[in-house]
This record gives sequence, structure tokens and C-alpha cells, in this order.
Amino acid sequence: MGAALVEQLASEGVRVVAIARRKDALDELAKRCHGTVIPLAHDVHDFEAVPTLFERCVRELGGLDLFVYATGIMTEVGANEFDTRKDLDMLAVNVGGCVAWTNEAAKLFRTQRSGTIVGISSIAGERGRKGNPVYGTTKAALNHFLEALRNRLADYDVHVCTIKPGFVETAMLAQARAQGRSIKGAITAQAAARSILAAARARRNEVFVPFKWTLVAAVIRNIPSFLFKGMNI
Amino acid sequence: MEILSLRSRRPLESSFEYVEGWGMAVGQHARVLRPRSVEEILQCFALARAAGSTLTLRGGGNSYGDASCPARDMVLDISRMDRVLGFDAHTGVATLEPGVTIEKLWKTILPLGFWPRVVSGTMFPTVAGALAANIHGKNNFAVGTIGDACLEFDLVLPSGEVRTCSRERNADLFHAAIGGFGMLGCFSRIVLKTKRVHSGNVRVRGESTRDLREMMQYFEAHKATSDYLVGWVDCFPGGDASGRGLIHDAHNLHEGEDPAPERSLTVAHQELPANILGLFPKSQVWRILKLFNHDVGMRTINAAKYVAGRLEGMGEPYLQSHAGFSFLLDYVPNWKWAYGRERAERGLIQYQPFVPDAVAHEVHSEILARCRRAGQVPYLGVFKRHRTDPFWLTHAVDGWSFALDFKVDPARRAELWKLCDELTELVISAGGRFYFAKDLVVAAEDTARFLPEDKLAAFARLKRECDPETLIEGRLYRRAFRDWIAA
Repeated sequence: MGAALVEQLASEGVRVVAIARRKDALDELAKRCHGTVIPLAHDVHDFEAVPTLFERCVRELGGLDLFVYATGIMTEVGANEFDTRKDLDMLAVNVGGCVAWTNEAAKLFRTQRSGTIVGISSIAGERGRKGNPVYGTTKAALNHFLEALRNRLADYDVHVCTIKPGFVETAMLAQARAQGRSIKGAITAQAAARSILAAARARRNEVFVPFKWTLVAAVIRNIPSFLFKGMNI
Repeated sequence: MEILSLRSRRPLESSFEYVEGWGMAVGQHARVLRPRSVEEILQCFALARAAGSTLTLRGGGNSYGDASCPARDMVLDISRMDRVLGFDAHTGVATLEPGVTIEKLWKTILPLGFWPRVVSGTMFPTVAGALAANIHGKNNFAVGTIGDACLEFDLVLPSGEVRTCSRERNADLFHAAIGGFGMLGCFSRIVLKTKRVHSGNVRVRGESTRDLREMMQYFEAHKATSDYLVGWVDCFPGGDASGRGLIHDAHNLHEGEDPAPERSLTVAHQELPANILGLFPKSQVWRILKLFNHDVGMRTINAAKYVAGRLEGMGEPYLQSHAGFSFLLDYVPNWKWAYGRERAERGLIQYQPFVPDAVAHEVHSEILARCRRAGQVPYLGVFKRHRTDPFWLTHAVDGWSFALDFKVDPARRAELWKLCDELTELVISAGGRFYFAKDLVVAAEDTARFLPEDKLAAFARLKRECDPETLIEGRLYRRAFRDWIAA
């Protein structure tokens, strides 16, 4: 999804720094975007490198208006598997990395009294489902964190937008399919990217992508726990 | 498993921010370092040196102009070194880390029956910033500047040497670093005298004045007996009403005058209310002020304030808390945002000329007239009486200052700067001075004209001695000092 966002922004002529772990994929992305994208290799586990990298990004761009955290992993977790190492790694990447990067963006945006932060959460953060408890936890944590940040920065004209995608054709979805799950009705990453940017520009607070998940979430959120326990959602 | 933890020793606090003058008319991105100890101050110097950069010293960031704005890309912000190291409740002597704010200082000492000798119109400056700017208050005519209340300080030089300075020890550095705007070294410990008060209130009298002459006559008649004198001026009307305004004349209470000092000498008694009429949150008031932030709106507000002042002048003196009387600028949080906070339109500058007594009326009247003629009328004017002090780069004269808040309209910015240049010529020809805690417009050649030549030369020598590699510099240094220090 991050790549699709980068391509979308680049196609509009926006200067972008793209940060990801894999250098080769980044270089390829930059090539596709004809020079308006600056690639930067970084592993989000490396929290301590973030402040310096963040400064480098802003300096290379000559300023910053929009920051998107689109990094997330969903490690395969068996039905009766309780693996602390796997779970903490998801927390580190999905939440830890988001906090480390977003804090830097928040400090800059607060002091310059402008800027938009977008965090990619998920429909998975709405309820504690049976499958992959900690993945859902990381997304619920993002919802809470981003909402708090939005309220904290509102007085400084800084906007924080929480995106909650449903099914989007990404590597994560391909991985879920490979594990045997049947997933239908997913939208393309390009369509998701367009919706995300539109939501960020309209200064929306929390947005489901695509829209139909707003209705699904409304239903899921209201299923009472005693029923939810027995359901295989 | 250390995936979620940062176990290493807490590193020097550092973040990448937009750093601007308080008036928002100047600013840029910079790496801001926030040391917590002398060792970390030294680490900041080392980092700047290693990066081939320079370091700008910054306190609370309350200077209107560029006094604490970076010249390159690194800032040392002293605000984390904020411990009160000691307070002697018999002598009223406070030993402070440099990042202690005026707010923290008064909140610490007031319950013990003391108040800072000199405070600014806002309580958020650090004592380091206050000393570097050699700030004054509404009692400048009576007690001098904060430098006059300072007994001793430690200054960390870029070489790593820490020099203790007082009137007896390293007296040159003492008189140069106070008012030296952080160009020589970084304060690491400051010792200040404070004053005994017998109540948490002051007695305030409002005196409405019909023009500048009347205001000055009142000041002169009362400066021997008043503790605080400050004049507000409506800068809009011309002719006979030019310089009309309102004086606030305040006295400390004598022992026994306050029947229950234990009640007024509390922080709770001093706090400014968080809501207006108990309902409307003050944090949003700037949005309302913004609706009036144009010539017509401000002419109306100034006129309304003048009428209110005439009524106040007819009333009896009243009691007001020290904080309520002193920190007028803190009543409406972030009121500067009324001047626009988007980078394209925002900001204000304060232009504050200090003019010797003999020609003050003539010069200040002429300044007002020229502002009106140029169609750039200050939205706020504040008049004060000053006295001289021994600090090398001091702004103070035996005379009068007129603080003028101008809105910076990007379309008319050049025009405003041109007007200020003309006013500067007028002020300097009259033997006046400027105050870099406010200023953003005075050029290097003018600095060299209004500051005494021998003091400037001595300051330049000290700068070269304390900071031979020019590791410390800010935008102010580059604008107003570098040319003649290098010369």
C-alpha cells in the first residue's frame, strides 16, 4: 500500500521520500516514478536511527507536509499458538515503528503548525477476533494512539488521519491467501491509495477504505460479547 | 527480549523542529538539543563542532525577533535544566539552573514571602534567556534590569571551561554576558536576588491620560514613590488625542496592610483564570481576537479600551495579584496567533525604541505620526520609563521606551521594514537605543552606531577570546554583530 501511495503522490508531481526495508524494491519503485522519489532503506526495528533519518528526509525534501506510516506485518499464528516472540515482533513493527516515526513527525508539525499524519490501521482493530489476537491488538493500539495524537495536535492545525482498510490487494493479502484463506471483494492498492489521499486532504478523522467496511464495522462493533465468543469471524 | 525497549543510557534529548522567533515573522527547521547537565552542554558543543555547524542558544523562545533563532541548523535549548538549586528564605537569594522559568521561580518563592525583583510581561522566559537579554519590567525606572538583580553565574565556554562570574570575579564577562544574548557562552548556574513582599497583591491605580505629554508628566511625578509604572497607548488617533492612553501605577503593600497575607501569598491566589466568565475557554480566545486583527477592528478595540480606561481612571485603586498585574501577556494564551499563524501571512514584530529623556516626547510623538502617515499603525503601544545600567550591550537609557506591535502583512513587509529603518534613523540620531529581545530590523551598521564604541570593541575582544572558532552564533549575531566583531 505504501508503494501505491508513493506512486500516486509522484504521479501528482509531489516530492516523496519512500522508506522501506528492501533496497532493491525501493530502487525499482523510484525508477518507476521517474526521479521524483527518494528511496531510503531502513528497518523499522531500528528505533534509534529514526530521529536522524527523519531529519535527513525533511532536509532532502526541503520541508514536510505529509507523513504516512504504512508499515505493518501480520505473522501467521496458528489457532492454538501463543508465541510471544512473534507477537512482540508485530507490536514492534506495527506499533513501535509507528510511534517512533510519528513522534518525530509530531514534533516537527507541532512546531511548524502545519502538516498531516496518516496512519494505516485496519478493520482488524475493531474487535478482538479469534484469529491473530496480537495483529488486531496492534491495530487497536494504532487507533487509540492516532486519536490521542489528533486531539493533542488539533490546537496546532496539525491533522491526524486514521485509515482502516478492509481487504486491499497487497502482499499481506497474498500471504493470507497462500495460507489458505479465501478472500473476495478486495480493491486494488491503487484505488486504496487514492481514497487514502482524498481522506487525508479532506482532513477526515477515521476512514474505512473502501466505504462498505464502515457498515461492516458498525455491525461487528455491536455484536455482544456472549455471541461474539461463539462466532468464527 | 529487547524488541520494544530502548535500554541504552538516556541519550541527549534531541529533536528536529521548526524554530521561530516568538513573533513568528522569522524561523527555520533545526535540530534542537536539550541538555540536562553541564556535561550535556559540552556534548552539544562537541556535536556542533563535529557536524561543522554552529550552535544557537535558546531559552523559552519568547524573544519577538531573531534573538534565539538559528543561523545554521543546530540549537541548544536550555529549558530542561530547570531545577531550583537553592533558596535562602532569609536573604531571598535564589540559586537556579539556567532553564528555570520565571513562572517556576515565582511559584517557588512566593509562598515564602518573596517575588522576583524583575519580571517580564510573560512568565515563560527562562532565567538564562532573561539574563542573556537583560530583561526589564514595569519597575525598570526604580530597580534596573534583571542584570542588576544577578549576583553571580557560571558560564560554560565552547572550550569546555566553566567560568564563575560576578561583579568581583571575571567582572568583564559578567557585564558582557548579561545582555550578551548568548553570544559568549551558555549559562549553567544563576544566582539572583529576590525581594521580600508582605502580600500576594499589589495596589493598582488606573490613570487615564489624554496625550503623551500627560502620560510622561504622571510618570515623572510618581516615579520616586511608585513601585511599578506602565502606560498603554492607543496609537490610532492623531491630532490632540495622539498618544492618549492609560497608566497603571502599582505599589507593593507594606507589612500589616494585607490582613491575611498567608492567603494571598499562595500560588492558587495568583493563578490567572482558565475560563472567561467561568465558561469560555481562554485557549480559544485568540480566534475571536483574530476577527478584529485588521486596522478597523484594532482601531475599535483600542478606542474601547481607552473609554474603559477613562472609567477605570475615575474609580478607586484596587488590589490585584502579583501574577495578574505582572503577566498581562499571559491572559490570552497564544494571542499572537490572532496575527495569523500560517507561514504565508502570519506574524508580528515589536519595534521598541529607547529614547533619552530630554528628547523622548518629541521623538516618540514623531514616531507615532510617521506610523500613521505610512498607514502602518501599531496595534499595541506600551510606554515605559527606564534608567541606565552597567551592562555593556544594554538597551536601557535614562529615558523612555515605546514598544510598538506591528502586524506583518507579507504584501507590505518590505514597506514595514522601510518605515522601521526611517524610525531607526530618527531614534539613533536622538541618542536612542534598541533591545534585541524585541528587535528584528536593526542592521549591523546601526548597532555600531547606538552602542558605545569602547563597549563594542571590548565585547568583540571577549567574543574572540571565549569563542575563537565562532561555535556560538544565531541569526541575531549574523544580522547585527558579526560584521564588526570580525572587523
